[in-house]
Formats: sequence, C-alpha cells, structure tokens
Amino acid sequence: MNHPKRSLRGRLRAATALGAVALLGLTACGGSGSEQAASEFTGEYDGPAVELSFWNGFTGGDGPFMETMIEEFNAEHENIKVSSNTMQWADFYQRLPAAVTAGEGPDVGAMHLDQLSSMAARNVIVPVDDLTDTLELTGDDFTQEVWDAGVYQDERFGIPLDVHSLAMYYNTEHFEKAGITEAPTDAASFEDALKKLQAAGYDTPFWMPSLWPSHLMNLSLQWQNGNEPYDAEASKANFASPEGLEAIDWQRGIVEDGYSPSNVAIDSQYVAFKNGETSITWDGIWQLNDLEASGMSYASAPIPTIFDEKAVWASSHNFFLPRQAQPDPDKANAAKVFIAWMSENSAEWAGSGMIPARESVRAEGALEGMPQEAIAEDIDSMRFLPPVPGIGQVQTETLEVGVNKAVLGEESPEDAMTEAADNASTLMEENKASFGE
Amino acid sequence: MTTLKQQEGGAPSRKGAPRPSGTSSSRGIRKQAAATPWLFLAPYLVLFIAFVLVPIVFGAWISLHTWDYTRPLKPFVGLQNYVELFTPDSRQFANFWGAMQATGIFTLFSVPLLLTIPLAVALLMAKKFPGRNFFRAVYFAPYVLGVAVIGVLWRYLLDNNIGLVNYYMGLVGLPSDIAWTTSTPAAWVALVGVTVWWTLGFNAVIYLAGLQDIPSELYEAARMDGASAWQQFVNITIPGLRPVLSFVALTTLIASVNMFGQSYLMTQGGPGRETRTAIYQIADTGLRNFQMGSAAAMSYVLTLFLIALSLLVFWLFRERKDGR
Repeated sequence: MNHPKRSLRGRLRAATALGAVALLGLTACGGSGSEQAASEFTGEYDGPAVELSFWNGFTGGDGPFMETMIEEFNAEHENIKVSSNTMQWADFYQRLPAAVTAGEGPDVGAMHLDQLSSMAARNVIVPVDDLTDTLELTGDDFTQEVWDAGVYQDERFGIPLDVHSLAMYYNTEHFEKAGITEAPTDAASFEDALKKLQAAGYDTPFWMPSLWPSHLMNLSLQWQNGNEPYDAEASKANFASPEGLEAIDWQRGIVEDGYSPSNVAIDSQYVAFKNGETSITWDGIWQLNDLEASGMSYASAPIPTIFDEKAVWASSHNFFLPRQAQPDPDKANAAKVFIAWMSENSAEWAGSGMIPARESVRAEGALEGMPQEAIAEDIDSMRFLPPVPGIGQVQTETLEVGVNKAVLGEESPEDAMTEAADNASTLMEENKASFGE
Repeated sequence: MTTLKQQEGGAPSRKGAPRPSGTSSSRGIRKQAAATPWLFLAPYLVLFIAFVLVPIVFGAWISLHTWDYTRPLKPFVGLQNYVELFTPDSRQFANFWGAMQATGIFTLFSVPLLLTIPLAVALLMAKKFPGRNFFRAVYFAPYVLGVAVIGVLWRYLLDNNIGLVNYYMGLVGLPSDIAWTTSTPAAWVALVGVTVWWTLGFNAVIYLAGLQDIPSELYEAARMDGASAWQQFVNITIPGLRPVLSFVALTTLIASVNMFGQSYLMTQGGPGRETRTAIYQIADTGLRNFQMGSAAAMSYVLTLFLIALSLLVFWLFRERKDGR
C-alpha cells in the first residue's frame, strides 16, 4: 500500500523485485490507461438486435420505477433489449470492479456520484464525453456541483440521472398535538419544536442515529457551519476544525439534552419514526415511497439550517459505461441510446422520490405535486463530496467510525473526530500516491 | 461468512480400521488396482487442488505484493505487508490487532460455552422421555437458519430502544436499557449468546451420536459397583466421548475464530471498531479497499494463530498412556 514512510532500501528492493517479476511475466494482467468507448456515437442505433445487461442497485422504493422505465424503453426500441440486474449497492461496488477486471462486466450501469472517480481511476469505467457532445448536454442544464463532480482528470465519466439529498420528515399528528404549525427551519425553531413535542408527551422527539445516516447529517452540518470536510486538494480532512467540532457537538448534544435516547442502533431511528415513537427524523428522500406506503401521517421538508449557511448533503445516480475486454461497437452505441433515453425521460424517475438532475426536465413540471417538491427547491444548496478517488473508503474507514464513537458517547466528540480526521488525512495521502495524482 | 458450517458431520468411528485378511480374493483386488484409491480420491483431489491448494499458494504470493486487482501494476514488496502488521505506527497495525483482539475475546467466551452447553443438552436428549424428538428438533432448528436471517432477526430483537429483549426484561423487573448492539461488553454478550443459540444444535447432535456409541454394559457394571451418576459421567461418559470431544473442540474453535457474519450484521463492527473481528477486517481491507496484499498477509498471520491453537487442542485431547 505504498506507505509514505517506506524506507529507501525498501523501495530499491521493491524495484529490483518488480523487475524480476516482470521478467517472469507474472504481472501480465489488466489493461493500460483509460480507453474511449469504441466508435463514435451517432445518437441513434439501427444495427442488429442486441441485448444489454444493465447493473444497478435500485433495491428500495426506487426499484419498481426503474423496472417500468426499462420496460418502456424496450417497448420503444425494437433492436435493443435491456435486462437489468439489481443488487445491493454495497455488493455492487465490490462486484463491478471484479466483473470488469475479469472481462465479464455489464454493458451499462448506474452508480453514485461519489464512486465515479474511484472507478475511473481503477479503469473500471470509460469516459462518456462523446455522449454529452451528441446529446448536447452541458452544465447549463444541471446544477454546477453535480455536473462538475462527474469529471475526473478532465474527462467525463457519468451522466447524472437524479439528485437525492437528506430531508427532514416529521409526524404531522405529533406536530398538531404539540401545537407546531410550521416545519422548523433553523436552530432556534428546531429546538423550540423539540421542546414543544416533549411538553406534548413525546419524550424523545428526534432520535440521533449512531450509524447511517449520521455521517451524512454530520457532513450537512459541517457545510452549514462553513467547514469543508475535505480540502480542495483532497489531501487533508477537516472534521476536527473548530467549525467541524461544533457540528459533531450539536449531534451529541441532541442525545445529552435528552431529545434522543442514547445508543440508537442501525436503522432503529427510522423504524421508530414509522412506529410513531419519535416525531422527527432526517433521512434520504429515497424513503418517501416507503413512508407513503406505510400509511402514516407525515410531511417532509428541507433539513433546518442549524448553523449559518443553507446546505445539505446530496448525491446523484449517474449512468456510466464499463470498460469492455472486447468492445462491441453495436452494444456500445445501443448503451448510449439507452442512457440518452433515460436522461430525457427522467421526469418519470421523479416517481421514485428522487429529483431529476436535468433542469429542463424539472422545468417541465416533473416535480409538481410530488412529495419531494419542496426539497427540490433547495437544489442549489445541495453539496456533494469532491470527485476524489477513494473518497468512499475514506468515509467508511474514518468519518463513520468517528461519528459513531462521538454520538454513542464512547469518546468525546473532540477525541473521536481528531482521530478520524488524522486517519482520513493519512488515507487520502496514501490514495493520492497510489492513484498517481 | 458463517461460523460452524462444517461439511463433515458425524463422529469419527471408534472402531479401528479392519485388519487386511489373507484371503486370495482380497489380494487380487490389491494387485489389480494400484490406481483404485487414486481414482476414488480423484474428485476430491481435483476440488482440493483447485479450491484449497492453489489459493493457498496464490494467496501467499499475493501477500508479497501491493495487490490491487483493478490496477495494472502490482508491485512486489517482499515482506513489507507483514512488517507493517508488526510495526506499531503503521496504519494497519491498530486496526489489525484490534480485530485480532476482538476475535480472541469472542473465541475465549464462545468456545467453552459451545463445548459445555451442547453436552448438557445431549445428555438430556439421550434420556428416554415423551416428546424427546420434538425437543431434539427444537434445539437443532436454529442451526438450519442462515447467518443473514439470524443476524437481521437478532439485530431487531436486541435493539436497545425498540427491541423485544429489553422490553421483556423490563416486564420482569430486569434492567431494560442495556445497549446490546452499541456498547461493550453488552455487544459481546449478545454476539456470543446469539452464536451459542444458533449453533449449539450441531454440537449437541454430534455429542448425542457419541453418547449412543458408549456401550450400556459399562454403565450397568458401574451401577452394580455402586458408582454415582457423577462418577459414571467422569469415568465412563467423558473418556468414551474423548474422540468426539476433540472433534467438536477443534471445529468449534475454527468456526469461532472465523466469526464474521454476526458482527457484520448485528453490530456493524461497532461501537467504533470494537466488534470488528479479524475476518471482518480482512474482508474490508481486501474486498472493499482493494488492498489484497495486505489482506492476504493478515489472513496468513491469522492462520498461524489458528494452527497454533489447533495443535494445542490436539495436545489437550491426546491419547494418554497412563496405564489405567
């Protein structure tokens, strides 16, 4: 793992050994550099009938909408048949590199924005610049941040389908009983609401999760407090700056002030919300359909601005093209037709609870009357992780562990986040070295 | 992924191999078929070579490299991956030894329980009483479930805020606010407890088979000599079970050291990293973070520990020639 502290002798030894190994021909595997997807894309596909495998992780309330869209696409295109393979996202990010490296990758797929650069750096996916040229897609039709985050080393690797962020959900019955008429929007009104809910008999109105999505809350709060969790050069983590510590202190404070029970285990804050045991929860907008189906009386709103700036964590599903061991120009073109169609028809995707990424689609009224409409209005305040290879790993190895320890009260927020930030900085330096930036 | 999923069940036979007889027919078989044993072994050998031997050698080779399988260059680094595991200020050191410690804690508490409780269950089940088969099934039933099922099931049952376990404990006047999955040592109690509940049936079945192999004449003779139940247990049951005991001890030990699924699903390795076991750390390093070389080195260190422990078990259960 290219340890920065490796001794000179170690390096020399490694270099000599590398030569020996190369001579033995034992490192002969894997391609070199990034390759453009084969052939120029013309915008249409009139070749022989092809079948495309489409990998994605839409296992939640979004799954059925994706299936419907694929069916419609297949019905409209005689010579292209898309069959989708859906798996958990966590599996997806392990399986995709393995499959592509083995030459068994899919023809097209969708992944999260914050994984694009890692996958690009690992040569798992190929640039799609010709696609944006043909479709005349430009940053003008997207929010700047989501559009820019799809670029790695001057090449574009993803076409954004949607934007999804954290949102605040609240139990309208509880709010009514507590006499709260409007969703809280800042620290003062939020605390006021919590106090009123407690007075109305809801002892723990806002459960603070110790794992997912607690680190996403933390990122949102850091941004709200004017802190960049990762600096622009992506070589240092700033979770433990004074502003960063204020963010985690606020989260731990929710527990210490008794608004949340302690030791909230994974998923239980969401289950508690559905059961009416807690009144407010912050979770992803992808939960909308699930809440809708549960039949409870709830409402959604943007998360309150606890600190100075309006900001909320967000991510985006992006279409991508995997590297192929033996590129098939027909399949590559058909896959591009598929991506283009999905992007143009992303209004339908709004039914899944997501916000279509294209402004033109939103302008045509895709979100009218949808539960996420109010959240989408804040799209300009949505913040994305920087497009840095390995950032996903940095998050799980450091920030999530630090937030977990701090929220549980295992360590003081300062200790937990200082350790997390130090580890993250080390990891990012190592990543930089290993991805050769 | 799971623990205690041995393919080969059943107690080793107590009888020795049959003596080769001197009849002409058996000599004929021996002559014509030098290849026969190999042919019988072939299917297993092929699998063994392809899925055990080759991966062992290839894994050792990988552990000498910085091996990210998605990248074209996999530089040879010699023993550096191992050296890092033993260098206190390297990034892997704290994570790896923390995980080894977690594995140690789990093994230390789960193995004794998984040796004794199933034995007690087997002794009970060996007696004749109405509904015996039903109770045998009850104890074995959880073992049929996959780790994913038991992990998700108990994650919700043990949830300290919304789970049933704390709720019922509160009803009978016990503390009802124990954080079973988010604090230690409660998380260890939960992980060991669930594992014992889940897998004791397997060990009990093996013990039961072993118990039924002990000749009843021995007990009869002992009773006529006036031996108490405890004396019968110590002097007949335990020695009679010795080969079974060593098998159960060894497989339980291996399964406990390989624990992963329970903590992955129930505690997510938390709080912090405290319940991340060695296999958890290896899977995370190799599969999620693409550091196959380092992960391979970790697994070899773990293997060495496991071999040492296994030898210790062999030694403890060895055939003692003390003349009695």
